[in-house]
Amino acid sequence: MTDTSTDPSGIPEPDGAATPIDTDYNIGQDNVEGSVGPIGFDIHNPVFMTSGVTIIVFVLLTLLLPDQSGAVFSWLFDTVTKSFDWLFIGAGDIFVIFCLFLIVSPYGRVRLGGVDATADYSYIGWFSMLFAAGMGIGLMFYGVSEPMSHYSSAMGGITLENGARTDWAPLAGAAGNEAEAVRLGMAATIYHWGLHPWAIYAVVGLALALFSFNKGLPLTLRSAFYPIFGERVWGWTGHAIDILAVFATLFGLATSLGLGATQANAGLSELFGVPFSTTTQVVLIMVITGFALISVVRGLDGGVKILSEINMGLAFTLLAFVLIAGPTVAILTGFADNLMAYFEYLPALAVPFGREDVNFSQGWTSFYWAWWISWSPFVGMFIARVSRGRTVREFVTCVLLIPSLVCVLWMSTFGGTAIHQVLNDGYTAAQEAPLELKMFKMFDMLPLSSITSLLGIVLVIVFFVTSSDSGSLVIDTITAGGKVDAPVPQRVFWCIFEGTVAIVLLLSTGGLASLQSMVISTGLPFTIVLLVMCYAIIRGLATEPRGS
Amino acid sequence: MFSKIMCPVDLAHAAKLTRALQAAADLGTQYDCPVCYVGVTGETPGAVAHSPKEYTAKLAAFAAEQGAQHGHKVTSHACISTDPSADLDKQLLAAATTLDADLIVMASHIPGLADHLWPSHGGQIARRAKASVFVIR
Repeated sequence: MTDTSTDPSGIPEPDGAATPIDTDYNIGQDNVEGSVGPIGFDIHNPVFMTSGVTIIVFVLLTLLLPDQSGAVFSWLFDTVTKSFDWLFIGAGDIFVIFCLFLIVSPYGRVRLGGVDATADYSYIGWFSMLFAAGMGIGLMFYGVSEPMSHYSSAMGGITLENGARTDWAPLAGAAGNEAEAVRLGMAATIYHWGLHPWAIYAVVGLALALFSFNKGLPLTLRSAFYPIFGERVWGWTGHAIDILAVFATLFGLATSLGLGATQANAGLSELFGVPFSTTTQVVLIMVITGFALISVVRGLDGGVKILSEINMGLAFTLLAFVLIAGPTVAILTGFADNLMAYFEYLPALAVPFGREDVNFSQGWTSFYWAWWISWSPFVGMFIARVSRGRTVREFVTCVLLIPSLVCVLWMSTFGGTAIHQVLNDGYTAAQEAPLELKMFKMFDMLPLSSITSLLGIVLVIVFFVTSSDSGSLVIDTITAGGKVDAPVPQRVFWCIFEGTVAIVLLLSTGGLASLQSMVISTGLPFTIVLLVMCYAIIRGLATEPRGS
Repeated sequence: MFSKIMCPVDLAHAAKLTRALQAAADLGTQYDCPVCYVGVTGETPGAVAHSPKEYTAKLAAFAAEQGAQHGHKVTSHACISTDPSADLDKQLLAAATTLDADLIVMASHIPGLADHLWPSHGGQIARRAKASVFVIR
């Protein structure tokens, strides 16, 4: 790394002092520009072609050899989540500690984009975008079901078979102790949705923003590895990192489109009697993709930002309604109790080795961590792109703490209401309903349930549109070698491609399960990539000028 | 007849703009008014420049080079966007208003089938700009 800030022949600084990296690589030098018929393209050939062809081959194999591919993916899923649980859990802890260190360290004063850079978006617009991309649909899907599952398994306590635990309770459970089971259930849920996932996103987002805005490198994952690999990062070492990022993003998005279509279909079926079928779900994916297309064509400001803000508005309306119409006092006191329970149980939940609660730590935590990590290139790159002008301290604090607190409030409100319905009203419909219906069953006990259910369905759809459009932008940027000014039809291509992959796999037997296995599998190599990234961030920050 | 001419340029493809650049320079000379070369760039490093600041400097150098070559008065104006691909038309229209340009001279391609889906930037600017627009195909 060379400091060129004082060298007149080097790359001029961003806004104010910074230390760009002096590299021989010109952005776009490996790109191929041309046109297919009347439509132009500008792609990084090795990354675009390799990832595109591999994804098509994967989809074809899943369709043509469903049994064989199902067996392979099932084995892959089990191996990754069960054999590497220690790695996922340990790495998650390292990311949180790393982020907390950045907040309090002098590196926190470094400004992304140079010391004089100013933020592009207001806090509301910025926060809406990072929140919608980072959590999105998961909150709708798991908001009721996860607290309920952990509470139920904690109440059930420990069961042993041949000396091994067969229960799914977190830690040692809380057999028969209702109050403690609720606390443990909520603590375990917050553990999965709080600091740890957001620390993962913060690491990737910070690395991308730092090496792009301050160091002058292209906005792709490989750039963060320049301090380690040097110029080799522009060759196949870097290609491999970027290709992996494309896989993770596309498989993650396609899986989410499938899951979201299932939940929206379940809601429509409950509310309007629309048939629960793959045909309806295919139509839903096409509608979601259609909206996403409009959004990507309109761009970050004209599409993605507006949708994210609508999304936030709707989500907070729903949250406020459940808070007011539900057991308000119990939720509010529960919020504080749940936070305390989280910090109380956190040290035990975060232990990577010697866990006895193997089903919980492997089946839930390990799965979640692999899921968040495989999503991190997508969310991280999106967060990076909209975060120019923030200081490292501001960036990490906002990305880590504020969304975590919102998640705690969300889980306390949705999960807390559903558990309250079971404990105080004896209403167990939400507890017994299938995953995609739990939220709607919880709404049934509240006033104006038709309106809230409809709002819930709209929110599921809007969350998916925001994931699909921002995901298309991210994949397009990576496959264009970090260029953000590639022709618009390219992002349209990726948006349609995601929808098509989701539809094809929804129609095939076990297709979505295969996709989910692929998402989890890409999480494993990415865990190593992210750990190395932490070191690269420190190397990058060490040479940056710090503001006062 | 004209007091300020705006000429949008794509520095990555400047070689393809020869006719539009020549027309802008000729009109600038004929009406003795400055030609402002306008470019839109992203905030992230791109093929032309590693930062908005570097882009602004390169655009100014490009304008100066045009002035030296054709002998007309020049200025430059860089627009910074988070999403230059999608925001190009919007940024150029805003620049025309900011600069108070009364003529826009810009290059465009020959319309084809794809223009029904993605209209050309020249076509869009001609449709929506308040100033006169001279589209060079």
